[in-house]
Amino acid sequence: MTTTTDAAVPAAHAPPRRRRRMDGSAAVRYGFIAPAAIYLALFFGFPIVKNFTMSFQEYTSATFFSGEAPFVGLANYAAVFADPIFAKALANTAIFTVVSIAGQFVIGMGLALFFRKSFPLSGLLRSMLLLPWLLPMIVSAAVWRWILEQDSGILNQSLKAIGLISAPIPWLTSSDTALIAVVMVNIWLGIPFNVVLLYSGLQAIPTELYEAAEIDGATGWSSFRFVTLPLLRPVVSVVLLLGVIYTIKVLDLILGLTGGGPANATQTIATRSYEMSFIEFDFGQGAALGNVLIVIALLFSVVYLRANSRAMKEG
Amino acid sequence: MTTTLEHRPGTAPSRHRPVLSRNSPTRRGLRTALGIVFIAIMLFPIYWMVNASLAPGGNTLNAQLLPLNPDFSGYASAISDQGQNLVTSLIVAVGAAILSLVIATPCAYALAQFPIRGSGVVLFVVLIAQMIPGIVIANALYTAYNTVGLLNTIPGLILADATAGIPFSILIIRAFMESFPKEIVEAAHIDGCGHVRAFWSIVLPVSINSLITAGIFSFLFAWSDFLMALTLTTGETIRPVTLGLYNYIGTNDTDWSSVMATAVIASVPAVALMIAAQKYIAAGATGGAVK
Repeated sequence: MTTTTDAAVPAAHAPPRRRRRMDGSAAVRYGFIAPAAIYLALFFGFPIVKNFTMSFQEYTSATFFSGEAPFVGLANYAAVFADPIFAKALANTAIFTVVSIAGQFVIGMGLALFFRKSFPLSGLLRSMLLLPWLLPMIVSAAVWRWILEQDSGILNQSLKAIGLISAPIPWLTSSDTALIAVVMVNIWLGIPFNVVLLYSGLQAIPTELYEAAEIDGATGWSSFRFVTLPLLRPVVSVVLLLGVIYTIKVLDLILGLTGGGPANATQTIATRSYEMSFIEFDFGQGAALGNVLIVIALLFSVVYLRANSRAMKEG
Repeated sequence: MTTTLEHRPGTAPSRHRPVLSRNSPTRRGLRTALGIVFIAIMLFPIYWMVNASLAPGGNTLNAQLLPLNPDFSGYASAISDQGQNLVTSLIVAVGAAILSLVIATPCAYALAQFPIRGSGVVLFVVLIAQMIPGIVIANALYTAYNTVGLLNTIPGLILADATAGIPFSILIIRAFMESFPKEIVEAAHIDGCGHVRAFWSIVLPVSINSLITAGIFSFLFAWSDFLMALTLTTGETIRPVTLGLYNYIGTNDTDWSSVMATAVIASVPAVALMIAAQKYIAAGATGGAVK
């Protein structure tokens, strides 16, 4: 494996060159990592540290002119936890996350199982399914706002046409239905991702196992229950963990659909954090809420890692 | 031993019958039909967006199922209102894609091809980075950008938008470069070829597919970005189209045909890349998550 340029190097010069290269080798090696390390430190490390310190400081709209943000201890956390909107936002985050993921997963699994069967056009249809996932989230929010529009939206018009409802449902403008509508849209958004990952997990299960199970009399549900599910478990847990991590921080979609309203009906920890920082200019409380979000994400990762290592030991 | 669920009692069971009937042309045709129905339901909102974008303007849009008399006034006002924003989005997304590749590729090579102290830490940070909520990053960046003067600037947005592209690119490219035989790189070393040259003229050319996948996704992440645009710009001079669209739907009497026309235009890169670069999209969709 020589390259032509190497051959051109005179043999007599090779030893000193090589020694110099060995000396510079460590520097060269770190040189490969350095740009990424610096970037990660500035755009992930710094924000985490900064967010942590900010949560102990008092920010007001004047802070950005005067530069003064006095240390206030745990006052931001006390204020955040005492706020009734926090409890509402926490509950909404839990409902939004759990129902979205359950919906995405069940429908995604159904479609993944369906697409595993061979039929004409299945590859084409499967790749078209990715489209909702690739669109900017704010585009999806705009489209669904139009579909869910109370008077001229297609959803209410169709429901009325088939006689399911008599009066149009104010999907996004009533506090009774807004969260349901937002979850519905988020399920639609998440299905492609679930199908892609579950489908690739299903493809990795050897067909011989199904044939063996069939000889033992297991088909349909029992083959799914005793062959597919156990073998798919690692993929399922990754899909669910990533689902949780992505869903708790969803912001674009909610801001685009409802802005957290009406009357905080769709307010989550993420939207509340945005609101505190960038609407109220109380970056201290915004940072405290951001840290709550990080802690929730970390908790789920720890649960996932422990479940995984237990499965490794048992398996 | 025959299947019981697939067969009505009475039909003569044989080992081969179920397999045949399960894949008979009728069944396969039915599955295709069912698949088309599923996809039609899933993609209906996208059809509806295109349909509405071609309807005559006004805030009381009449819902017609087919755009039989397409009216392009929505596109005309979208272009005149959002043209500048589209250019901003394009510059930011291309910039973020290039920055992601320039920073991620050497790092991915190092992580995949040679052991150095600290590479475990870098990999761990990359995995953790994808967990950090965007709002946390935006919170801290706003104060820092305010101090160093990066608010309302293109470089500021490029740097912030690459927070999605860089960790993803490192993982995708590393996964590919790990499969590249280390012996070849070692042989190159013996021939007096340093890491820089081995990287540049041996590993990079064969890794081009993973670079394209990473570049496409970094571009799409930045093009779709809304949060960084919302928090790190304050005026109208630098405004990506996602933020333009958001401000459009925020107005009281929404002109739905212009909004949907803007939405269609903002979707063009995603659709174009899905058609033109399908295999790279498919590779990225599974690669980033499972690795």
